[in-house]
Amino acid sequence: MLQITNLLKAAFKSIQKNKMRSMLTALGIIIGVAAVIVMVAIGKGASARIQAQITSLGTDLLMIRPSFSNRGGVNMGAGSFNRLTFEDVEKIKEQATLVKAISPMVRSGGQVIGGGKNWSTSINGVASEYLYIRSYELQSGEMFTERDERSSKKVAVLGKTVAEELFGDQDPVGEQLRINNTPFTVIGVLKEKGQSGMGGDQDDVILAPAKTVLYRLKGGQYIDMIYVSAISKDQIYAAQQELTTIMRAAHRLQEGEDNDFDIRNQADIIDMASATTKTLTILLGSIAAVSLIVGGIGIMNIMLVSVTERTREIGIRLAVGARSSDILTQFLSESIVLSLVGGIIGTLLAFVVTFVMRKFTSFTPQIYPATVILAFSFSAIVGVFFGFYPARKAAMLNPIEALRYE
Amino acid sequence: MDKIIETKNLTKTYLMGDVAVHALRGIDLSVAPGEFLAIMGASGSGKSTLMNLIGCLDQPTSGDYFLDGKNVNVLSKNEYADIRNQKIGFVFQGFNLLSRTSALENVELPLFYDRTRRVENPKQAAIDALERVGLRDRTDHEPSQLSGGQQQRVAIARALVTQPSLILADEPTGNLDTKTSIDIMAVLQDLNAQGITIILVTHENDISQYAKRIVTMRDGLIREDNLVENWRNAKEDLVNFNGVEE
Repeated sequence: MLQITNLLKAAFKSIQKNKMRSMLTALGIIIGVAAVIVMVAIGKGASARIQAQITSLGTDLLMIRPSFSNRGGVNMGAGSFNRLTFEDVEKIKEQATLVKAISPMVRSGGQVIGGGKNWSTSINGVASEYLYIRSYELQSGEMFTERDERSSKKVAVLGKTVAEELFGDQDPVGEQLRINNTPFTVIGVLKEKGQSGMGGDQDDVILAPAKTVLYRLKGGQYIDMIYVSAISKDQIYAAQQELTTIMRAAHRLQEGEDNDFDIRNQADIIDMASATTKTLTILLGSIAAVSLIVGGIGIMNIMLVSVTERTREIGIRLAVGARSSDILTQFLSESIVLSLVGGIIGTLLAFVVTFVMRKFTSFTPQIYPATVILAFSFSAIVGVFFGFYPARKAAMLNPIEALRYE
Repeated sequence: MDKIIETKNLTKTYLMGDVAVHALRGIDLSVAPGEFLAIMGASGSGKSTLMNLIGCLDQPTSGDYFLDGKNVNVLSKNEYADIRNQKIGFVFQGFNLLSRTSALENVELPLFYDRTRRVENPKQAAIDALERVGLRDRTDHEPSQLSGGQQQRVAIARALVTQPSLILADEPTGNLDTKTSIDIMAVLQDLNAQGITIILVTHENDISQYAKRIVTMRDGLIREDNLVENWRNAKEDLVNFNGVEE
């Protein structure tokens, strides 16, 4: 084996001899590596953000939702029997031992008029404990009480966005609102919470007592969801178990009958969300990897041309005593150097691109060392893989014929 | 006397499609150290094939070839490469220098592949070799900046740099004008005087007159093998040539 430094020197020298061509060849790798790193960074960034925000909801959160029901073999589809009621909430309150807080959720929406302006938003009918469960905090005023809930009092707590849209900088506590023509009194404003993991504005909301929303705004008798906080993160699966038992009893389900409700914990939701973003990351990454492979084919193409062009040079080298393996390593190291230089430049480019993205777009790409190492070693492998065939072709040349080649 | 080259019934047959071409039909040749041998012959006589075999660029179909008393037929491809590197220096008709590479780097090239690393300072060795062919002041020039004669001198320096016992020159003057040809022959004669064995392949009678022994080939066989009593001295001819020109 010849000294590696000599080999690298020779490789750099011959790359330098054809600057333009080498640059264009490396460009394929540069774009490929940069694309892989940036794409994976976007995927990882999105996934990290979603996870952080889901976790911020509280990891002890459980959500009970109505599920499809299967009656006489006919699948009625999700939510076809919306059977969650205030009685379910009461039963859980009475019986559950692993539950710290519970709140029903009645989703509604509508046009809100107040402060001389109007705004369309969602109205969530909840219990006072909802603040704790979803870790909302009050900025001013107060939350409604259990008594307000029982008496279906028409009071509202505004999200920051709603408060600003209707009342501007003014404190709206004590002001009157009309939600779908029903008058409400504003008793509190929530602190800003920002975007949710799914991208929605969590401050564009009005909280009101669940019964008020159900009976005065929405109509009907079923609630949409039940939010539950388990007493601790460790007890979340036990709590889920307990809730299932209570709910089955409450709904008088026979043994063997399917649940007509669905309990999800935060971990499930995180899993689901990260499965989605993982798929996205893999998808983006593999599309980018294709461009890296195309770059590799570019290298092979150029190296093949180079071998033909330099047949005489190979003949000379063989005549003065180069072994076939020397020629092989020479051409192989040229393609590896090309792809590694491309890899380095591509990595730098990826850092620039992600920096610009973070600065000027809503993406929050995150570059992990593992991604860089992966993209980098992938580019080296591309260099070896696509450089090998041309290098072998060069090494197999017959010195006499190579010397005679015109 | 020891022989630097000894071939016994050397043959080489090429297959051109289905037709077998007998390039060499049985060559017995001995060369002693310090000889200056010219191999003559028309094209197709087999002289280039013989040169390739002697230069370990190719292997014979049959027969034996002893280089420095060692049978090289049994060696591997890699050992062939090492022999080319350490024992033989090549000079070609077309100079065969690496383009866009300085004279110095061209001359250094064989040392790059020298696995024995017997030369401690390749750069100095290359400068010395260029000095021996009178191109000390042209080390940084690339082939395109040198005249044909100078390029061939660089090629000779490259052949010299590994201090081989044998230099093979295949039509070294084929691309050069008469004066430059004589000039190159003077360099080769000079090296021969220093003890290096030289084998020259040529089809020009004038050129072969500078050798001490002339082997003539025809149809893959050696037809004549004569010692030259009064070989011409290229240096003297050069002086005369200049005189004529002026």
